Amino acid sequence: MGYHLNFNLIWRHFDKLWGGLILSLELAVLSIAIGIVIGLVLATWYVSAGRVARAVIGAYVEFIRNVPLILLVYLVFYGLPKALNLAYDAPTSFVATLSIYSGAYLVEVFRSGLEAVPRGQLDAGKAIGLTPWQRFFHVRLPTMIRITLPALSNTFISLFKDTSVASVIAVPELTYGAQWINFNTFRIVEVYLVVTAMYLVTGYGLLFALRLVERRFRVR
Amino acid sequence: MIGQILYALPFLWHGFLITLAVSGLVVVISLVVGVALGVGLVYGPLPLRLAVRIFSDTIRGIPILVLIFFVYYGLPAIGLQLDAFAAAVLALTLFKVAQVVEYVRGAIASIPAGQAEAAKAIGLTFAARLRYVIFPQATRRFLPPFVNGVTDAVKGSALVSLLGVTDLMHAINQVIGRTYDALPLYLLGAVIYFLVNYALSSLSRRLERRYAFIRE
Repeated sequence: MGYHLNFNLIWRHFDKLWGGLILSLELAVLSIAIGIVIGLVLATWYVSAGRVARAVIGAYVEFIRNVPLILLVYLVFYGLPKALNLAYDAPTSFVATLSIYSGAYLVEVFRSGLEAVPRGQLDAGKAIGLTPWQRFFHVRLPTMIRITLPALSNTFISLFKDTSVASVIAVPELTYGAQWINFNTFRIVEVYLVVTAMYLVTGYGLLFALRLVERRFRVR
Repeated sequence: MIGQILYALPFLWHGFLITLAVSGLVVVISLVVGVALGVGLVYGPLPLRLAVRIFSDTIRGIPILVLIFFVYYGLPAIGLQLDAFAAAVLALTLFKVAQVVEYVRGAIASIPAGQAEAAKAIGLTFAARLRYVIFPQATRRFLPPFVNGVTDAVKGSALVSLLGVTDLMHAINQVIGRTYDALPLYLLGAVIYFLVNYALSSLSRRLERRYAFIRE
């Protein structure tokens, strides 16, 4: 033992952690926003699509869900730019990766949500003379969103934790800040204690807030 | 591209075995420890229940990557020397234990209270109730999510490459360090991970179908 906790150096570099936390949240919010669009479009397409389209969407979902996130991050950042003659910075690359990643999980969430909308509601929509388009946007979609809210919150919290993987391509988010302080000050235990607390407080704070939103919009 | 892949395969094979070893160790150890703690969480005395609850919520609330760095860099600082492989397995196991604890809690909670009450009514002891009534039914609820979670362990094991453990992920990066052509190798790696995990998730789907109902 003989390790003495000394948090002074952590507080001196706290801007690295605070800025990192903000960036982590930004990455998570951007990625889930794009992921929701991907998920909604593909799930809507899936429920009405033919066999070929279903197979393609299914392949995308299965592929992403069965490959480690860190490999996808490397693939998009180191593999694609040279092959496709593209150029983008690390944060952009990571947001693109995490969006495609979350999109695959959200397709499944929205697909089962769409199927969970009670038949009777759609029939009722038909009975009062709504067009198929209106039935979708005014009946099926709103109900599906309310049904899937809890799963959406869980996905968001886990994406927030997944942003830590951005540190492997030197995106200065929270885990990267932790490593920077680890290697530059060697206050190792202290920095990870502080960072653990920051992830926990933010994660559970978000979860609590999202649960309130869910309760407000719960399907009764 | 084919030539590169053939060149890489022998290097990747060893890494693949390390990936399997890390995942296998994590799954087996966390199954044993997680079931014990999970039963403790449901039936244990209050201090034990609290301790397991805090452990599980804390571990599941932070990124695995932070946990891995904490264990690898933090434990030597307080005087506990661990090599990269052991640190990686320890960190991933801690994470998996927390998951298994929740599967066990969920599985036991899903058994109707009437089952335990009926067992009590016919005079079974606590141990006999668990052994003959609760566990046989809870196992069926526990297995599908657990087997499904094995793919998480395989995917999570790719993070140990960051500690310099030469698993599949690290082996891929080493080959790229020599060939300077990233895309074919990352695609190959993705296919290998996909095949392993797809096989595992198909297995879990079959288990789920088989155990979808509770027989007599």
